[in-house]
Amino acid sequence: MRFDSLLDSVGRTPLVGLPRLSPSPDVRLWAKLEDHNPTGSIKDRAALRMINEAEKEGLLKPGCTILEPTSGNTGISLAMAAKMRGYRMVCVMPENTSEERRQILAMWGSEIVSSPAAGGSNEAVRVAKRLAEEHPDWVMLYQYGNPANAQAHYEGTAAELYEDLPEVTHFVAGLGTTGTLMGVGRFFREHKPEVCIVAAEPRYGELVYGLRNMDEGFVPELYDPSLIDARFSVGPRDAVRRTRQLIEEEGIFAGISTGAILHAALGQAAKSMAANERADIAFVVADGGWKYLSTGAYSGTIADAEERLEGQLWA
Amino acid sequence: MAIEVRIPTILRQYTDGEKAVEGAGGTLDELFDDLESRHAGLRARLVDDNGLRRFVNVYLNDEDVRFLGGLKTELKDGDSVTVLPAVAGG
Repeated sequence: MRFDSLLDSVGRTPLVGLPRLSPSPDVRLWAKLEDHNPTGSIKDRAALRMINEAEKEGLLKPGCTILEPTSGNTGISLAMAAKMRGYRMVCVMPENTSEERRQILAMWGSEIVSSPAAGGSNEAVRVAKRLAEEHPDWVMLYQYGNPANAQAHYEGTAAELYEDLPEVTHFVAGLGTTGTLMGVGRFFREHKPEVCIVAAEPRYGELVYGLRNMDEGFVPELYDPSLIDARFSVGPRDAVRRTRQLIEEEGIFAGISTGAILHAALGQAAKSMAANERADIAFVVADGGWKYLSTGAYSGTIADAEERLEGQLWA
Repeated sequence: MAIEVRIPTILRQYTDGEKAVEGAGGTLDELFDDLESRHAGLRARLVDDNGLRRFVNVYLNDEDVRFLGGLKTELKDGDSVTVLPAVAGG
């Protein structure tokens, strides 16, 4: 495969079968390796697409500053693309995210504004919206409400999957901005409506939900619940356990959010087995484990790892 | 019939600071009524005229009840219900 530049190489990720984790020849699991993207995560797709659209619309011009609330991966993807295209990048990131994410952002030239740990990404969104008001010349691409985020997955992730695995019956991905699930969900509703779309949502420690009241919650503007069929909440224990199982049985070194996604995928596989139904369950490996080594998720007992993740934004 | 209900930090003012309380009911709606009888004010924080409030997520054994039956979701003895505020990811 040959590309004109690094940015041109985003997407077209491998889909690999998981012969050991698949429970039977009729109920198979498939992993879409999004860690093969240039900065190592699925977010390269949305970031590049959002920048391209903003350039087309004339919002982004040479010398512009891009602002984005992010727990890490989207910021990293935007920082790389911004560097290549000549924009200044400012990320608003909760302070309870891993050290690796900060170092990588800085490496690609991004400035980082820290938001309070309590409240997690909700707080980052709030701080970014305030900064956007103070700096009207900055461009906030806003992954939570930018249709280009979902469109990247409609045209990329979903179309690639359907081409590689036309017999797909289930798609499982993480729920954060909801971009992956909205794009892939819309694609299959239009092209193969019987495909079941399953969301795996990380359940964090209490600190992350530290809102002042129930009306300060956040639902991404992109979210349309009619495009998914089931939504599971996965805690750190199951996420770590499955992350390690993926290494142990299939050799795939993935980030912790992928463990949560695999947990939901295996739950679906068990249901299909019990119902004696054929299933081809595709799920997303959102990123590799490198950025999370310092969280302690990959060493010691699972109970220790769970304890160390308390209060961290691990997905 | 006992169902464990996990309560988020910001709603513990209604449960005397308890992280988890027990309740009973054949449906989520009945469970919330039962909780209200001992934890006055809680139900209104979870439900309004349109059903579950916008920023409230409720999970039955880790599955979002909005994709099961909403307030009509059927419950059985030993189920675990978790209430969480909606937060951002990404």
